[in-house]
Amino acid sequence: MTEISTSASPVIPAPEKISIVLIVNGAETQLKVAPWTTLLDALRDRLDLTGTKKGCDHGQCGACTVLVEGRRINSCLTLAVMKDGAHVTTIEGLAKDGALHPLQQAFIDHDAFQCGYCTPGQICSAAALIAEGKARTADEIRELMSGNICRCGAYPNIVAAIEQAMDRS
Amino acid sequence: MINFDYARAVDVADAVRQIAGSLGAKFIAGGTNLIDLMKEDVERPLGLIDISRLPLTKVEETGEGGVRIGALAPNSDLAYHPLIEQRYPLLSSAILAGASPQLRNMASTGGNLMQRTRCYYFYDVATPCNKREPGSGCPAINGCNRMHAILGTSEACIATHPSDMCVALAALDAKVQVRGPAGDRVIAFTDFHRLPLDTPQHDTNLEPNELITAVELPAQGFPTNYTYLKIRDRSSYAFALVSVAAALELDGDRIKEARLALGGVAHKPWRDREAEEALCGGQANPTNFVRAAQVLLRDAKGFAHNSFKIDLAARAIVRALTQAARGTPQSQSDKKIR
Repeated sequence: MTEISTSASPVIPAPEKISIVLIVNGAETQLKVAPWTTLLDALRDRLDLTGTKKGCDHGQCGACTVLVEGRRINSCLTLAVMKDGAHVTTIEGLAKDGALHPLQQAFIDHDAFQCGYCTPGQICSAAALIAEGKARTADEIRELMSGNICRCGAYPNIVAAIEQAMDRS
Repeated sequence: MINFDYARAVDVADAVRQIAGSLGAKFIAGGTNLIDLMKEDVERPLGLIDISRLPLTKVEETGEGGVRIGALAPNSDLAYHPLIEQRYPLLSSAILAGASPQLRNMASTGGNLMQRTRCYYFYDVATPCNKREPGSGCPAINGCNRMHAILGTSEACIATHPSDMCVALAALDAKVQVRGPAGDRVIAFTDFHRLPLDTPQHDTNLEPNELITAVELPAQGFPTNYTYLKIRDRSSYAFALVSVAAALELDGDRIKEARLALGGVAHKPWRDREAEEALCGGQANPTNFVRAAQVLLRDAKGFAHNSFKIDLAARAIVRALTQAARGTPQSQSDKKIR
């Protein structure tokens, strides 16, 4: 298994892959992943769903936010193998039948993004926030969106966009 | 991350069997701290035993008038559970003061207890750390120590426990139910986390191969006069510099019973029964609140970058007790501290 070469660096075998099923945006998808593959890396690198972004890879920025069983999570801090059999919704799965999700439209209406890097995470997070039904005031929206940071500072417009989508849902 | 084996536990007995029979495996539930630490190479388990599907998610009333919280109950579900919101709003408030909605959805009750310090040196494997590598030294003591402890420190370690939920559980006198190869036992919450002493590598008094199955709350929840006051460098999404869980049982303006626990200041949530006893029987007024703070902080010791915490903690205790006495708990969304 491990051979000691003359250059003194051991050859470490690659981890064994495990077969899992993820139901991503409604499509049942089979894949084989090493245990250390995060859900984020599985979505981006293996399934080519690059809408979800890797911002910090440590659960501190929210750019990797996706919905698992309808609940918002940081996909960088969970392993794909742990989500075997789960329903995952990414930003690519929010628009239906060619029509933008009300939040996507609201983000455009309110100029709620500049570089756009945090935006998929913001929108997935906001979709779940609306479904959770715990935020009523602007203060509460801000607090319950605090897991998504925006280096461009689009926060006031993000809050306005969420308020619009909330009013119309 | 180093390579590791992955296995799932089908029930509690299986989980205990697997960990007892493993070499260097750890349980994983929400993974919000463990996976972070594995990415930093601080934790290097040879195996992960996934307990996230164990049926330990219920929050239900016990026969003694309390509530049992399953170890796998997510932090968000717990904070918003009607039993907790109505009977133990201090716990609900503390949970909502911490982390982010995404992290609260993922994090488990048991995992919140087990989370490790966020000390910068603990996290940086290029630096010495007595917690990570016993005997290597503590660079925080004479280094950057803004976030570090002012109570219960030792020459080996000045790290703090980062949890908000645990501060409320300490104030409420919760009990931790665990199962191990030797059977079941119950650990009083204030005995669960340790002081660093000369063994900072041990965060808790959990024995190897033990699994937390539940946290039990007693009947008394202080639903009327409580507050969780968290002071931090940002208004959200940051760990506490100092936090206070305060709860009172009042008879008019007389204090019948008081609970006071601090976060951000020690290796464990800090409760001092002397400070609480100093309040009992007295009037709920600023003079008595100041006195209780002085008792609680009598042995406080600051380091080069965190001495401000001593005065901050004193003021936070007085403000928290005032909020609790008035029945006006700190809102976790309206950030103004009234």
